[in-house]
Parts: sequence; structure tokens; C-alpha cells
Amino acid sequence: MATATDKKPATMAQALQRAMRDAMAEDPTVHVLGEDVGTLGGVFRVTDGLAKEFGEDRCTDTPLAEAGILGTAVGMAMYGLRPVVEMQFDAFAYPAFEQLISHVAKMRNRTRGAMAMPIVVRVPYGGGIGGVEHHSDSSEAYYMATPGLQVVTPATVEDAYGLLRAAIASDDPVVFLEPKRLYWSKSDWSPEAPAAVEPIGKAVVRRSGRSATLITYGPSVPVCMEAAEAAREEGWDLEVVDLRSLVPFDDETVCASVRRTGRAVVVHESAGFGGPGGEMAARITERCFHHLEAPVLRVAGFDIPYPPPMLEKHHLPGVDRVLDAVARLQWEAEH
Amino acid sequence: MTVQELPGAAAYRPTPPPAWRPRTDPAPLLPDPEPHRVLGTGAELDRALMLKLYAELVRGRRFNAQATALTKQGRLAVYPSSTGQEACEVAAALALEERDWLFPSYRDTLAAVARGLDPVQALTLLRGDWHTGYDPREHRIAPLCTPLATQLPHAVGLAHAARLKGDDVVALALVGDGGTSEGDFHEALNFAAVWQAPVVFLVQNNGFAISVPLAKQTAAPSLAHKAVGYGMPGRLVDGNDAPAVHQVLSEAVARARRGGGPTLIEAVTYRMEAHTNADDATRYRGSAEVDAWRDHDPIRILEGELTARGILDEDGIRAAAEAAETMAAALRDQMNADPVLDPMDLFAEVYAEKNGQLREQAAQLRAELEAEAR
Ligand SMILES: Cc1ncc(C[n+]2csc(CCOP(=O)(O)OP(=O)(O)O)c2C)c(N)n1
Ligand SMILES: [Mg+2]
Repeated sequence: MATATDKKPATMAQALQRAMRDAMAEDPTVHVLGEDVGTLGGVFRVTDGLAKEFGEDRCTDTPLAEAGILGTAVGMAMYGLRPVVEMQFDAFAYPAFEQLISHVAKMRNRTRGAMAMPIVVRVPYGGGIGGVEHHSDSSEAYYMATPGLQVVTPATVEDAYGLLRAAIASDDPVVFLEPKRLYWSKSDWSPEAPAAVEPIGKAVVRRSGRSATLITYGPSVPVCMEAAEAAREEGWDLEVVDLRSLVPFDDETVCASVRRTGRAVVVHESAGFGGPGGEMAARITERCFHHLEAPVLRVAGFDIPYPPPMLEKHHLPGVDRVLDAVARLQWEAEH
Repeated sequence: MTVQELPGAAAYRPTPPPAWRPRTDPAPLLPDPEPHRVLGTGAELDRALMLKLYAELVRGRRFNAQATALTKQGRLAVYPSSTGQEACEVAAALALEERDWLFPSYRDTLAAVARGLDPVQALTLLRGDWHTGYDPREHRIAPLCTPLATQLPHAVGLAHAARLKGDDVVALALVGDGGTSEGDFHEALNFAAVWQAPVVFLVQNNGFAISVPLAKQTAAPSLAHKAVGYGMPGRLVDGNDAPAVHQVLSEAVARARRGGGPTLIEAVTYRMEAHTNADDATRYRGSAEVDAWRDHDPIRILEGELTARGILDEDGIRAAAEAAETMAAALRDQMNADPVLDPMDLFAEVYAEKNGQLREQAAQLRAELEAEAR
């Protein structure tokens, strides 16, 4: 059947839509539910056309209640369906926390493997879109701290497709964090030759370099790529690792890179204190201590509630802040 | 400008005033002013069902007593007893078909047992052994749920999924009076009504949420009245009148099965024992109140009526008591054996496959265990 989505998806939002569409076409147990996901196609249009193509029973506008959405998804999964839930915004996923933490994350363990929870919770996250308060949170640390969840976040259009397909195919729950300021990022990726479905848990080296490793994910990947380009002027050849999956964490790829370069900076938008970077710095230090020429540094959002749009540029880790951190990697000690 | 009518929009669009009117006539949804009763009304009684209810009530009471005794012997970590609430527990189990699903709370071990679940498996959680001692899909009993009311949206989702698949499966979800104040109660009922899901909610109003009486929980005329706001019928039933609970539940289950949508049932009952063995009920309620409820005990009122009407005799009473005693003795014996747990199972089912850190931590624990064994 020819649909509007058969033309080249150029944006991350379209690749995500395509991933759900292909999964729904292949597997009748895949159901999409959330607020405004049906007729409207979601506030970011990521579910555009799904209700029309598969009917409202497969792509359902639910009542406005996040715990109810995720709670009913648990029941649907109990009966053998694979729900893909959309949370409208990062901060509006919080009402669903109890269902996520007490049931979605624990059900396999509670039932000793008898009842898995193949649920994907899609969450648009992060700032940089000029959103008023409650529309720009980076909530990944909360999810990462919950055993039983997988936490995945794409940074490219190709990965958006591949990782979402992998998430839907996974028998364990996935919190799928979509960097909302990359929704409109473009690529030549074509749905007619879909990228190979990457297994969840594999980081990728986006840019090879010898001087230091930038470890990052989601919305901060383009920032780090830009920083790496700019760093050439300073004589630094930076490697950029895109984690793609925060849980499971790809120690192997990260540590292999850090052992090569001897220096590492972890970059993310979410608050630094108690944030993902602390865990990553610790893991790198525990595993690569004798290869390190300098302490692992973190470039993170400040430890403040997300600022108003007019101030967010001061909060978000940008190229300069990344380069400042790189400059602090004790280069003089080498000589 | 013409506004294009989009699919799905019409049914939900309110008409502007002054043409506004309720979407549903609330009158048929309202519960009866008095709890529904069967016992003492002279209603016709199904003999076989009455004897079954009686036997299960007696067995259930004995089960509660035995489980409470097991806490004193250190064989159960904790037991929230349903003594006094057996009519609800038993009727919930008996109102369902094999293919239906039960969604119990932590207080409803007995409902699971009355449904046929092995008592030791049912008590696995409260024993401190694994969190769920049975395969929920095999028995169509969801894991006993402790976070209040969070099992309710699960029941709705499951019932909805079954209906989408074309299966005539009904889900029955149990919750306490205190649980009705939780957000998940509201969200579950709202989803159920909007989706017309084949689900029945049974609220066991046993007077208390641990120490807090219902008066501090709600200002609603009754918990059953809450149904009206969602657009589903509310039923009020005497929760100690086993035939009445069974009847109201069966009607609601039948209604759900034929596509009539959800029902909220409030069963008025009383928690005769403390919240759990760890609670001291004398801090918040007097013995006079408890004694008053003893006169309306579910076994006592059923036994009285059945003997008066010649359905039950001394032999029947003795047989039920003996069967209950046999069950209790077997349970005691089984629970006196120490369960064997494998510490390595800690890592077995966090994910389908262990991730890197779980592999490392499993190796660490294995090494510790081996060192201990040496
Ligand atoms: C979300 C949540 N909050 C608090 C508790 C602690 N808690 C356990 S039982 C209970 C009282 C519940 O009362 P009710 O719903 O009337 O059920 P009952 O115990 O009377 O069967 C409380 C507060 C809990 N289990 N879950
Ligand atoms: Mg109660």
C-alpha cells in the first residue's frame, strides 16, 4: 500500500515514524498508544499516519493520564501485546514513574522470568528548542538508576530507525529517549534500504582521533562532533564515542577508545551531580586507570532546574565548554 | 470557514450551552441506597453453589488462621489477613471462568487460593521467598500487588487487549477502600469506561487503610458512587453476604463479557484482624466495634441461613471443618520445610540476558559463595 511515508524520510521524526510503521506492519501485536498519537500524529508528528494506516485500535489516542497509559500497557503486555507508549514530553512522563519502576522494570524479575515486559516508552527529551518550563528535562539519570530498564537514545536519523526497531523487538522494556532538538535533523537515509537493526547496547565511534575521547549521547553528539572539528585548530585530534545505549552500557567500546587516547571527557545535558557522567567517569577510571593521562572530566548541564528559554544557551553544554574541558586534560604533564 | 470533521472527534465533542446535557443518564449508574443482600431476604438459593460457598468460606477462614499462625512461627515474613472478608475473597474466585483473569492485592492471597492456586505458591511472596511463586499466565492470576491500586490499570489493559483479540475474557481487579484514593484507581476506571473494557473492579471496603478510617479517605456518598463520574454502573453490596457478593460479581462479569463494559462494586465488609501481624489495631479502634461485626460474620450468617433452610446440616458442617483442617495440616507441613533458594538467581531474570555489570556482579557473588563453602 502506498502511503505518504514511502518517500524518503529525511528527518529523525520521520525515521522514528517509519520504524513504528514497519514494526506494526510486520507484527500485529505491536500497538502504539499515547496522548494525541492518533488523529493528530503526536505533537511532534512522530506517529503521523499510523492510526490511518493501522486503525485506532493499533494507534490509540488515550485519555490524558500517563500512569494510566503505561499501566494499561503493562496489562496489554501481560496478554501478549507489544505496546509502544508515547510520553508527550520528558517532564510529563513523571506521573508514570510508579508504573515504570514498580512494574515495568520489575515484572520479569518478580515473576522469575514467566512474564517479560516488551514495552517501549518513547520520551522526547532534552532542551534547546526554546520550550517553556517542563518541556526540556533530561531525565535519563532517573531511568538509568532503575535496574530492569534499558535506556536508549539515538543521535542520528539512521540510528533512530535502527534503535527503535531493536527496542520494539526487545523482550525487555526500553525507555527510548528521543532528543527533541534533533527531531528535524536530516540525512539521506532512505527507508527503502533501512539501516541494519543495531543490537541495543553497542556504542559507536563517530569520529576517530588520537588525542582524547569525548563520550556522549543523544543531543550532545552533534555538539561534540562540532567541538572535535574546532579542536583541530588547537592541535587536538578528538575521538567521539556516541553511546546510543546508556543501559546496557558498552564498557568495551568506551574503554578501548580511552585506552587508545589516554584522556576522556563525558558530555551530556542532564545535571552533572548524580548524573550519568559520574557513573561513566567511575567506570572508565576503574577500568582504564593506568592508561589515563588525566582525570576523566565531565561537561554537563548545571545542577539547576531547567532554565527559561532565554537563558538555556548558558546552561546547555556547547562547543566552547567542551573545548575548555579538553584544555584542562593536563596536556603540559606530557612534556 | 468550514471545519472538516475528523474521525473520532464527534463522539467526544461537547455541545455548547444552552444545549448541554449529560452524555449519559446518571440515574441507572447509581448504586442502590442500601447494600444488596441475599441472606435474610427469602431469595431463592442455588443449593450446590451455597454448599460450595460455605465450604470455601470455612476453608478460607482456616487458611487465614493458619497463615497468621505461620507468621508467629517465623515461617511467613508477614501476613495481611482477610479474616472477616472471606465472602469477598471466595466469591471473587468463584465468579470467574477459567479463562478470566484475577488481579489481586497483597490482601487477596485467599482469592488466589480459592481460585485453585497451590497455597504454598500463593504464599511464596509473604514467606520471603521469591516475589511471585507462580506463573501468572498459567493461572491467570496477576502477581499479588503491593503498590496500592497499581494493579487496576493492568487489569484494564489486559481486558482491553483480550477484547481487541476477540477473546471473551474478563478481568476482575481487587482493591481496598484506601486504594480508591490513589491516582491509579481514577485512571484505571476512566480508561476502562472510555475503552468499554471487560473489567470488573471489586473494592473491599473493610473500614480501614491500616489505621485510617474511611471517613478520612473520602467524602463520597459511597465508594460505589464514584462509578457514576466515570460513566459506569456502581453497585453496593453487603460484603459479608457471600451469595450477594457472588451474585453482584457474576452479573458484572456477565455484563462485561457480553460487551457491556466495566462495573465498580463496593463490598462493605470489615477487617477483623489487624492490618498485618505487625500492626496493633488497638491503637486506632475499639473492641466494641469489632464485636459488633462478629454478629455479622460471613460464615456465621451463611451457616445460619443454610441450616435454617435445610440446605446444610451437622454432617455438612463437620465435613467442611474437617476438609479445612486437612488443608491447614498440609499447609503447615509444607511451610515447615525450608525453601531452597539459589543466590545466583538474583541475577537470572533482571533482563532476558545479563548485561556487562550483571555478569561481573554475578561472578563476584559466585566467588563469595565459593569462598564461603570452602
Ligand atoms: C502506593 C502505596 N502507598 C502506601 C502503601 C502502604 N500501605 C500498604 S497497605 C496500606 C493501606 C491500604 O488500605 P486499603 O486500600 O483499604 O486496603 P486494605 O489493607 O484495607 O485491604 C498502605 C497505606 C502501599 N502499599 N502503596
Ligand atoms: Mg481497607
